[in-house]
Amino acid sequence: MKSVNIEIALTHILTRKRQTIVASFGVTIGIAIYICLNTLIIGTNRYSDNAIFKTTPHVRVYKEDEISKPLSHDSLPDKRQYVIVNPKISNISKNLINPVKLLNDIKRQPEVTAAAPMVIANIFYNNGKSQLTGISWGINVVEANNMFDIESTMVGGDFKTLLSTPNGIILGVGIADKLNIKLNDNVSIISSVGVIKLMKVIGFFKSSNITTDKSKSYMNLAAAQQLLAQGPNYVTDIYVNIKDPEKAPVYAGFLATLTGYTTEDWKAANELFVAGKKIRGILFMVVSWAILLVAAFGIYNILNMTISQKLNDIAILKATGFLGKDVVNIFVFEAMVMGIIGTILGCLLAALIVDLLSHIYIGADIGNFPIQFEPSVSFTGMGVGLLVTFFAGYIPARKAAKVDPVAIFRK
Amino acid sequence: MEKKVILKTSHVGKYFYDPIKFKALDDISFEVYQGEFLTLAGKSGSGKSTLLYILSTMDTDYEGELFIEGKKITGQSKDKLAAIRGENIGFVFQFHYLLPEFSCLKNIMIPAMKLGKKSTEEIEALAYQRLEMLDLKEQALKPASKLSGGQQQRIAIARALINSPKIIMCDEPTGNLDTKNTQIVFDLFKQIAREFGQTIIAVTHDLDFAKASDRTIELADGKIISYGL
Repeated sequence: MKSVNIEIALTHILTRKRQTIVASFGVTIGIAIYICLNTLIIGTNRYSDNAIFKTTPHVRVYKEDEISKPLSHDSLPDKRQYVIVNPKISNISKNLINPVKLLNDIKRQPEVTAAAPMVIANIFYNNGKSQLTGISWGINVVEANNMFDIESTMVGGDFKTLLSTPNGIILGVGIADKLNIKLNDNVSIISSVGVIKLMKVIGFFKSSNITTDKSKSYMNLAAAQQLLAQGPNYVTDIYVNIKDPEKAPVYAGFLATLTGYTTEDWKAANELFVAGKKIRGILFMVVSWAILLVAAFGIYNILNMTISQKLNDIAILKATGFLGKDVVNIFVFEAMVMGIIGTILGCLLAALIVDLLSHIYIGADIGNFPIQFEPSVSFTGMGVGLLVTFFAGYIPARKAAKVDPVAIFRK
Repeated sequence: MEKKVILKTSHVGKYFYDPIKFKALDDISFEVYQGEFLTLAGKSGSGKSTLLYILSTMDTDYEGELFIEGKKITGQSKDKLAAIRGENIGFVFQFHYLLPEFSCLKNIMIPAMKLGKKSTEEIEALAYQRLEMLDLKEQALKPASKLSGGQQQRIAIARALINSPKIIMCDEPTGNLDTKNTQIVFDLFKQIAREFGQTIIAVTHDLDFAKASDRTIELADGKIISYGL
């Protein structure tokens, strides 16, 4: 019984090869573009996330500046006494208390993949009479490299030398240019608390951000502690990476409770970037769906046309015992055949385009197009393609099922 | 010989509403017997085709009641009616209405395949047998659209016969055939009624055709004016 419907559907398709091919081709293009756009968005997001994560941890744990509390007159015995206050940032040290234990506590959490202590210091770079302001990250060389892959941004010198050079410093290329500093030159650093330290330039890095290149440097944790005139227990930040960066906002809250300090997730720190990413995602989704819908309309149109040309045949089938449901089956089957052919070809075409794009060189920083074949996108593409063609077939088929044979025969 | 009633109508009436309310059939009651070659005759607009479509179970919008083999058909669901049609009724239409993309053989086989009571091989054998009876065996694999009018009408008859229905209904079966083909089709109907005991109900305005049948019910203005008994 089923096979009769399929046989009729196949005969319709085979006697209308050209229309079938045109409709399938529409789906092919639609699916291919859908998959390509979605693959591209994943690739771009992955690239830009990686770029962000080269300088920003998933979660940052630090001590927030506190505003000194005014003496409230409520707390005084005589309510009529007024206290003139002048609230400002308190002079308490930004040190995280007992950083070693804190770090171990954080590292023990199952979600945490990496945690690194940091000393962030505002400094001046001096070479002769020229001076530049900037910021220096005192880092634990191994842990910070695990987290930010600093080594991959190096354009001169060897990152690992920092391990064996206590007074070594790695400068952004912008600083080196401005101060005319070469590898193994010495540079004099003055900190915000007035400590002066002569440091040896052991390398240069180049990030994707010019401002960063013009101000940032890396040095050993101990060197930064000395610059701020602090002991080895002085740590201003702990940077934490977790398994799923998307969960960072929630996990930041958890870390705040765990440590008792302020936390900041990367999304909060890069709101503009997150918003841009969201808009990009919506834009791509709208475009890819629009194209899929156009393809679906192709199928809808062709089936609609087939059905209005075949009203007599439908009437005959109904007269000879076919149910409305059989008619729906026949035409939905035809749509699905077109959809399946189109979807499979679409996946192949998408794979081809993605492969082609991934070999296109677009720029120094990015290199090749940040795109690679994503199986999950292809699967959703297939699913979406079949779903859309099902409806594109079902809507006209339902109309066909309602054909009244008597009305046709009486004409 | 006791005549067995195969189809019966009781006070069937039908209205058309477009463009104005108009009674197309009025109080139609009659019986059709097994193995009978019955014609419904009348002028154009007498309601004979309307009546046939009610008898065929395809038109469900009418008053009164319809019985096939003593079972009440009126009020059954559309899907039930389609199943009853598939099993009990074969159709031959004025304009052939074969499926043009299919071979003649497939056209004949499709109703039987839909019914699903026999295997495809059995149906094919049966279809060949019918084609042989109608002298069309060599056309079997040609597409239906390539045949002449007379040949197409005979294929349509073969299709109507494939499920061995109890009743075969025809709407102007010879309406656009020449004299020779009309004769062939007519003889075929006679033969079917006589040899297989199948009932034939044919609508016609061809009086010669009607006269030569077993019985003619004549309609005029939606009423039966002669039962032909």
